[in-house]
Amino acid sequence: MRHTISVLVNNEFGVLARIAGLFSGRGFNIESLCVAETIDPRISRMTIVTSGDDKILEQINKQLNKLIDVIKVHDFTGEEYIERELALIKVTATATNRAEILSIVDIFRAKVVDVSPRTYTIEITGDEEKISAITELLRPFGIKEIVRTGRIAMARSPKVK
Amino acid sequence: MKKTGAQIFVECLLKEGVDTIFGFPGGAVLPIYDELYNAPIRHILVRHEQGAVHMADGYARATGRPGVVVVTSGPGATNTVTGIATAYMDSVPVVVFTGQVPTPLIGNDAFQEADIVGITRPCTKHNYLIKDVRDLARKIKEAFYVATTGRPGPVLVDLPKDVLTDSVEFVYPETVRMESYQPTYRGHQGQIKKALNLILKAKRPVVYAGGGVLLSNASEELKKFVTKLNLPITTTLMGLGAFPGTHPLFMGMLGMHGTYCANMAVTNTDCLIAIGARFDDRVTGKVDEFAPYADIIHIDIDPTSISKTIKVDIPIVGDVRNVLRDMLKILPSVGGLREYKKSLKEWHRQIKEWASTHSLAYTQDMKGGIKPQFVIEKLYELTKGDAIVTTEVGQNQMWAAQYFKFDSPRTFLTSGGLGTMGFGFPAAIGAQIAFPKKTVIDIAGDGSIQMNIQEMATAVQYKLPVKVAIINNRFLGMVRQWQELFYNKRYSYSCLGVLPDFVKLAESYGGVGLRATKPDEVEPVIKKALEIKDRPVLMDFVVNPEEDVYPMVPAGQPINKMLLV
Repeated sequence: MRHTISVLVNNEFGVLARIAGLFSGRGFNIESLCVAETIDPRISRMTIVTSGDDKILEQINKQLNKLIDVIKVHDFTGEEYIERELALIKVTATATNRAEILSIVDIFRAKVVDVSPRTYTIEITGDEEKISAITELLRPFGIKEIVRTGRIAMARSPKVK
Repeated sequence: MKKTGAQIFVECLLKEGVDTIFGFPGGAVLPIYDELYNAPIRHILVRHEQGAVHMADGYARATGRPGVVVVTSGPGATNTVTGIATAYMDSVPVVVFTGQVPTPLIGNDAFQEADIVGITRPCTKHNYLIKDVRDLARKIKEAFYVATTGRPGPVLVDLPKDVLTDSVEFVYPETVRMESYQPTYRGHQGQIKKALNLILKAKRPVVYAGGGVLLSNASEELKKFVTKLNLPITTTLMGLGAFPGTHPLFMGMLGMHGTYCANMAVTNTDCLIAIGARFDDRVTGKVDEFAPYADIIHIDIDPTSISKTIKVDIPIVGDVRNVLRDMLKILPSVGGLREYKKSLKEWHRQIKEWASTHSLAYTQDMKGGIKPQFVIEKLYELTKGDAIVTTEVGQNQMWAAQYFKFDSPRTFLTSGGLGTMGFGFPAAIGAQIAFPKKTVIDIAGDGSIQMNIQEMATAVQYKLPVKVAIINNRFLGMVRQWQELFYNKRYSYSCLGVLPDFVKLAESYGGVGLRATKPDEVEPVIKKALEIKDRPVLMDFVVNPEEDVYPMVPAGQPINKMLLV
């Protein structure tokens, strides 16, 4: 099963190598990884997507916690959270299909961020399925290039009852 | 007053109470060595950096205080890696300071540059590259703190040369607070009560204690706990000495070369109490059939050790000593202790029956060749067990574990996790430096002793009366044993062929060399060796070449499927 794990770490050089080394050294898998500074510049957040059975996830969780530079580990599995990825898609746009591409962009609430005589570059955010879906719809037009970020996630605030 | 990085380094060691360091100088650490010239710190000059780390490791295992190493950059640093990995696997607090090229040169493939922080990342508990002299004191303080707290382990601090020559106002932080590192020392009280209830319901309980008991200095508490409840106990290789080896409740070591009794008890127990042990594959054998009838309680300070290989029923994260103390505190309020002890009578009878198989047995024909086991038993007998024993790795290590009885903690120092040949001799030197008056014996093989034999010079230089007992079978014995049993006796490259004359070798270094080739020469050789107090002694015991270590559980088999003699 796939898990999205948020890891707060000291914002120091070498920390990414420690985390990556832990995963590779113990045979765990990283499917995607996002790293950026938090509001406190001394701390960074890593959002890691990984997969494995409960036993493996328990080890990943514990091993991450064991690293001296790791402050907090949080697995979003089993709770309400928002997850987003971002993709930039450069697609061939000819005079005959420009309108069709724009309507797909519109339906997905994506944006055209760069235009050339032969291409559109489209920016889309959303969860993995949404990005996969628009990619599939755009594929027939001819995708020249695609760049995707890893996943980021945030827990939803408790709703007022 | 401003101080240079090198001066700060020495000040920090003094503040940490370090009186002995093990090292080898070189270009990048010259500023440190210039300060050490007049510093009130004893520097042991080794002959190889790997030796320095094993010495610091042996010193730490024997005393419980951190061992400290100083080496230069590049090859000096890379030579420490095996030593660091050894300490890491066995959770030994060692702090290694490596020189580094000046910060502007880092990454330039400079002379004697190695990315030692990168290299040692997976085999240290933590490591540091200091880039600014202003961070130096705080990071050194942190390094000692991290190495010695929680589950201990080696920490490496990389010191670029310019950091050592730059100056800054010296302030030593009195305390350390690390938001991201806060080990759990107190066990969860609810879990502790649950565990006690489970134990008191068990009909066939067994205690399985490991090196964690020694690391947390909990031998007294363990003994009280075990004897109060009259529990049969086995220890791992790393746990030998944590409980008296001569105590009637002690069943011997368990696992691959454990006793028949211990392995049968663990296989049949209904309640396994794991204390500071980590279910290593050499202990469990086939994981699915390890302690199949047992509810398992596991006390360990490291959460990653819990349920790593074997699912545990009652985990208790905490320092072993604290948890055992808590259990002992609750115990008087639990009624029915006397009935409980009585109810274990049948279990003890069964254990006695298993013990009566005497799985550790051999016959020494006094007219035949020397048996390795006989040498170990003689060492035990003639020292009356009052010695610190280190080992190399392989058959020598297993015979030492089986035939020497360890009654006190921190008297058996062995590379259990990594299995490092060449560990025993330098570790013995480290232990001897910590305890100059004690008898320290390295039980070695003719193969492994050659992996750090150069430290003979160190032992002679510092007049250390370390005893080395070479169980000389002219083979890499454990490899040969596996080839005999599992590879149709095809002794592929396990016969050493050429060996030095160990007696002459010892003498050429300025030590003493002795040899026994017949059983009746063993005792006089040991007696003579024990009398020497001012230099190392190498005892060459020429033994039967094809003696095997038994009992043995073939790799991957359940531990009750033992090959017996």
